[in-house]
Amino acid sequence: MKKISRTLFEKIWNSHIVVQKENYPAILYIDAHLIHEVTSPQAFAGLKKREIKLFRTDRTWATMDHNVPTKDQDKPIQEEMSRKQVEMLKKNCEEFDVRLYGLGHPNQGIVHIIGPELGITKPGMTIVCGDSHTSTHGAFGAIAFGIGTSEVEQVMASQSILQYKPKTMNIRINGKLGKGVTSKDIILYIISKISTAGGTGHFVEYSGSTIRNLSMEARMTICNMSIEMGARGGMIAPDEITFEYMKGRSFVPKGKDWEKALAYWKTLPTDKGAIYDKELFIDAEDVEPMITYGTNPGMGMKITETIPTENDLGNESQRNNFRSAMEYMGLQGGKQLLGQKVDYVFLGSCTNSRIEDYRNIAKIVKGKKKPEWLTVFVVPGSVHVVKQIEKEGLDKIFIDAGFEMRGAGCSACLGMNEDKIPAGKYCISTSNRNFQGRQGPGARTFLASPITAAAAAITGRISDVREFM
Amino acid sequence: MKKHSIKKIISTAIPLDMENIDTDQIIPARFLKATTREGFGLNVFRDWRYDPEGNPKPHFILNHPNYKGDILIAGHNFGCGSSREHAAWALSDYGFKAVVSSFFADIFKSNALNNSLLPVQVTPDFLKLLFEIVNKNHKAKIIVDVEKQTISVPGEKISETFEINSYKKICIMNGYDDIDYLLSLKLEIENFEKKRENDYSLKS
Repeated sequence: MKKISRTLFEKIWNSHIVVQKENYPAILYIDAHLIHEVTSPQAFAGLKKREIKLFRTDRTWATMDHNVPTKDQDKPIQEEMSRKQVEMLKKNCEEFDVRLYGLGHPNQGIVHIIGPELGITKPGMTIVCGDSHTSTHGAFGAIAFGIGTSEVEQVMASQSILQYKPKTMNIRINGKLGKGVTSKDIILYIISKISTAGGTGHFVEYSGSTIRNLSMEARMTICNMSIEMGARGGMIAPDEITFEYMKGRSFVPKGKDWEKALAYWKTLPTDKGAIYDKELFIDAEDVEPMITYGTNPGMGMKITETIPTENDLGNESQRNNFRSAMEYMGLQGGKQLLGQKVDYVFLGSCTNSRIEDYRNIAKIVKGKKKPEWLTVFVVPGSVHVVKQIEKEGLDKIFIDAGFEMRGAGCSACLGMNEDKIPAGKYCISTSNRNFQGRQGPGARTFLASPITAAAAAITGRISDVREFM
Repeated sequence: MKKHSIKKIISTAIPLDMENIDTDQIIPARFLKATTREGFGLNVFRDWRYDPEGNPKPHFILNHPNYKGDILIAGHNFGCGSSREHAAWALSDYGFKAVVSSFFADIFKSNALNNSLLPVQVTPDFLKLLFEIVNKNHKAKIIVDVEKQTISVPGEKISETFEINSYKKICIMNGYDDIDYLLSLKLEIENFEKKRENDYSLKS
């Protein structure tokens, strides 16, 4: 009998279906549920109202990230509402017997940084979290996606979720990346081409020689931003680079179990001849260092290009969106961004706050100093990353450059905690969203790679990082 | 647990002709600190609705004295970005029962359906027509019929059908709850756990 060719996505999806009735959503089993303080309280309240327990506590991990300060993390949180939300998570975790990596715990950090770091994230798994950037974990060859709080409650109650099977999309990227081009530029380039709705309804697999040559950190950056093109999630088939990264981490199988797991994981990559619903081909040589000019991640361009004009757009809805973006950003169509003065540089977020990001930033920054007017935040993704930065002496390079070293958290990525960019100020950011008000009311965001942000951190202006390499 | 059910919505509508409206606009992150589902309507579209001092911005459509209603009409790709269900809670809490657009982001759509806020996806041409009608006449009545899966403007004699998955349709029309359904499958879930192969998620 001929074997049916299946994609990576289909193999994992099929092996997690508990029940599939016709015309009903699938009941999909969830291997790991990651929770944090913002999207869990109403779900815990739901369990209480129903008088039921959390179904599988051993498959649930909690951390504090969105709402925590990144300064004075050993002191009580100043802001009352934030403190209450964080305290509620602690109380809920105690009551429902969930392990919590709270403030002060050596494993605390941004939920999408600590999952892979601790080895919770592994190939072949289904992973969910009440946060859209859960797509990050797909870099290991897992089905990982963000969910709403009602769905968080579903998973807490039954370790399963009601889901319709999304379509599949393959984005194949081949070729060698040019000087100064990173995986962040690849994903910003893709989103600028297909828009923030280009992946909606689909689960994306990234493949091709360019992807194969990327480190796990770089792969996570790409998968992280899958949601910014509307995709349900992003994933990359596991390979030797994946296994090498995972080996020895806390929640990864050891000894004989490792060998068995490895044999299974090697069966996961998409079979020859398997069909995707949609395919997109990208030539790595077409990608250059990228920057966004507008107020969604699709409004991006090569750093040497000029901002488009209203005339380039099709309909009134699009023109309204563009006008609103330009007014908000205080920018004009037809102009270049190179040389644009910035006030803040944010080096953090679940997109780019892993150790490799800081190593790359340090290479550009070493021995240089930020200009007087500029504020530069270095916000590592986890306590482990903070420790590693210190171990490698990178913190000294950053402090000598005049940067501020902070503790782990989501920080200025989302304008929820104490770290915000003031109204009207320009910030070049390694995060994932440039929406209006995202980094604080009135804050103006340019999304870029860590090294492009590093170049701006030493010049105070949007700069072409290739001139600093 | 029974939720409230929706069968038909008859209302005037509020037009918001902008594409890619993200959930950070619907409810900015700084308002996500509450631990209940209520009260988010106060801050729906906060930074478009109010200036930094808290005064209503007169040009924003929700502040327009003529435009009221249970239906929001919005541009392509509504609800993109963050997965925050607070966006659906905020729209619902403000009083909206349906959002009409030519395209919805996936997570927003499922969050909306889980809160009996109906995402009505129409063709781009129909959406354009709706904007024209409502911009001209703020009193235009729109009917969304969940059973028949139609959206119509009787005064203008226009109508279109929309998709809603059959499971969610039953839930919304009858106020059924997803978690009750999942809990009824507990035995199947436990059997699945027992029979599984190649699960290395907890081996360490």
